[in-house]
Amino acid sequence: MAQAAKLCRPGVIAAYPITPQTHIVENLSQFIADGELDAKSVNVESEHSAASCVLGSQAAGVRSFTCSSSQGLILMSEVLFCIAGMRLPVMLVCANRALSAPINIWNDQQDSIAVRDAGWIQLYAENNQEAVDLIIASHKIAEDPKVMLPAMVCVDGFILTHGMEVVDIPEQKDVDEFLPPYNPPYKLDPKNPMSFGLLGTPDVYLETRYAIQKTLGDVLKMIPTVGKEYQDKFGRDSLRLIEEYKTDDAETILIAMGSVCGTIKDVVDSQRKQGKKVGLLKIVSYRPFPKQAIKKALDSAKNIGVIDKDISLGSDGALYSEVKSVISSDKKISGFIAGLGGRDIKAKTVEEIINLSEKEENSCRFIDLNKNILWEEFKTI
Amino acid sequence: MKKEHFQENCYVSGHTACAGCGQSMAVRIVMNTAGKDTIASNATGCLEVFSSKAPESAFGVPWIHSLFENSAAVASGVETALVHQGKKEGINVIAQAGDGGTADIGLQALSGMLERGHDVLFVCYDNEAYMNTGIQRSGSTPFSASTTTSPSGKHSTGNPRPKKPMVEICAAHHIPYSATSSIANPKDIEIKVKKALKIKGPKYLQIHVPCPLGWRSDPSQSIDVAKKAVETGLYPIVEYEYGKLTKSRKISSPKPVSEYLKLQGRFRHLLKDAKALAEVQQVADKNIEYYGLK
Ligand SMILES: Cc1ncc(C[n+]2csc(CCOP(=O)(O)OP(=O)(O)O)c2C)c(N)n1
Ligand code: SF4
Ligand SMILES: [Mg+2]
Repeated sequence: MAQAAKLCRPGVIAAYPITPQTHIVENLSQFIADGELDAKSVNVESEHSAASCVLGSQAAGVRSFTCSSSQGLILMSEVLFCIAGMRLPVMLVCANRALSAPINIWNDQQDSIAVRDAGWIQLYAENNQEAVDLIIASHKIAEDPKVMLPAMVCVDGFILTHGMEVVDIPEQKDVDEFLPPYNPPYKLDPKNPMSFGLLGTPDVYLETRYAIQKTLGDVLKMIPTVGKEYQDKFGRDSLRLIEEYKTDDAETILIAMGSVCGTIKDVVDSQRKQGKKVGLLKIVSYRPFPKQAIKKALDSAKNIGVIDKDISLGSDGALYSEVKSVISSDKKISGFIAGLGGRDIKAKTVEEIINLSEKEENSCRFIDLNKNILWEEFKTI
Repeated sequence: MKKEHFQENCYVSGHTACAGCGQSMAVRIVMNTAGKDTIASNATGCLEVFSSKAPESAFGVPWIHSLFENSAAVASGVETALVHQGKKEGINVIAQAGDGGTADIGLQALSGMLERGHDVLFVCYDNEAYMNTGIQRSGSTPFSASTTTSPSGKHSTGNPRPKKPMVEICAAHHIPYSATSSIANPKDIEIKVKKALKIKGPKYLQIHVPCPLGWRSDPSQSIDVAKKAVETGLYPIVEYEYGKLTKSRKISSPKPVSEYLKLQGRFRHLLKDAKALAEVQQVADKNIEYYGLK
């Protein structure tokens, strides 16, 4: 991931250590120290300042990169909304990790889901190859003068950040051809003074939100186009709205984001061998949310099971709620909360979810609960 | 103010500050002294609100605001970007904040900026409370001032704590320059801004700026009120270089603090209370001794 970020030639990097993101910023610092990357790294005193620093440097006209996780991302959240509101195409890699309390360094996706409304493009990688591709490809969309919105590439903490995989790292020359130097339509420049971050009264605020919403709608259309461009150059179609895995004739379709999709694909393959018509719909672009593409992909499905590595406590999983709002009412849809705080989602777990998806509907079912450690009054669930 | 402070147009009128707002006067001097080749960041607060209502802006230099506590961090990013582009030479970066955005919620980002050595001048406009949100106490509110969250009353003589010594806290980072100034003396602000901008590295300048609304003082007397703060010893005008006190504005015959306090509603409760008044006098006496003002 550090390699991919480096290939995009950021001029300013500001990040703050947090497990499991830390080695990304460490590696970038080493690249700079070794003269392999012509950038300035700012060793800020917090994530709030990391995000504020890249807000400032991007506004001054320099491509800027940051990365974080969990508490760090949440500490940044105030600034994240500003970065999008000020239309600054900052790049952020989120190494997805659970939120305190209790403190937990392991993977789920609650952190990035909690900031989904900030106005950022949010893409989820299934594996490290996709992470590399999405980092490079999303820059192109974010920095398009018609877009000018920040992008967050989400990679499951430990599972991907500490996983060993062979990946193809593109050549610098090819990336340079694909991604032109950052040349923003506006920046802080004494030769052409502009004010950034004005007070938006009720007369103008609504329109700023409408504009971001409109742009994210355009991004929905751009993702397949730029994805194709990336594929033509680098041979991989990692940048896409969704991936439909054996969904064509599937009666039961699971929906998920990130690394768990790899496990689900294995289960789909083995169940297909036994003649079961199952498939996977992988969401790559969570923001913007590709409603039409999802609706179409679920055409054949009778049963839908949505796996959330997050929960809107007091309601349901985030992905479940959004998918449910898109599909027609004749389909059965169930939501499953799984893998929170790093609880393993094994093939067996996925099989159970498939089975449950074919039974009665359930909006928010926790998978793999250990009833022995629950409070007495909850044990009957 | 002199004509020259209006000439550069780096900060122009038409903004919505209250009449007699010391902060607005000080910003004009800072910006027009710094000149066109300046990029300014701003914390949330009165200044940001009264100067930047979309689609208008009082700033004639590139200016950026995003949040309350991050002016120093945003300026750090701007400065780093200029260095990366090889454009820092000849461009001043100035971070601005109120006393709340400096001494309280913005202290961490400010300390980080100073410690990392960014070539930025941080200017704190010290009106001694959170004015934008309605005159609540800040860490920079003076001892015994009545604010909406440190009101005077039967059981209270106002703010129970002394001002946070920000100029020393910044100086303790051993930065090249940390100083106070006051709208009482516009020329002093000009000299200090010029001096600071000639120095490479992090600089801190804190300017005492009366807020007629929050201090309940006469808007036509803002400069006089600020003068009295200096002349009583309640607002020491000092300069620190690399952590050492190098200059302090002398006041040969300090005025009694009551001359300053009586001009402001926020201290009115002290005037009838000899003991409380004596305690404020002690603050001034201590300042005079500690900073060598005599
Ligand atoms: C994180 C956050 N908390 C609180 C606020 C509300 N707020 C806006 S300005 C302000 C006070 C500003 O005080 P100061 O920095 O002294 O500037 P002044 O308005 O007095 O010039 C407060 C509390 C905010 N904008 N952001
Ligand atoms: S409230 Fe005070 S600081 Fe704010 S604009 Fe009015 S006088 Fe100036
Ligand atoms: Mg204030």
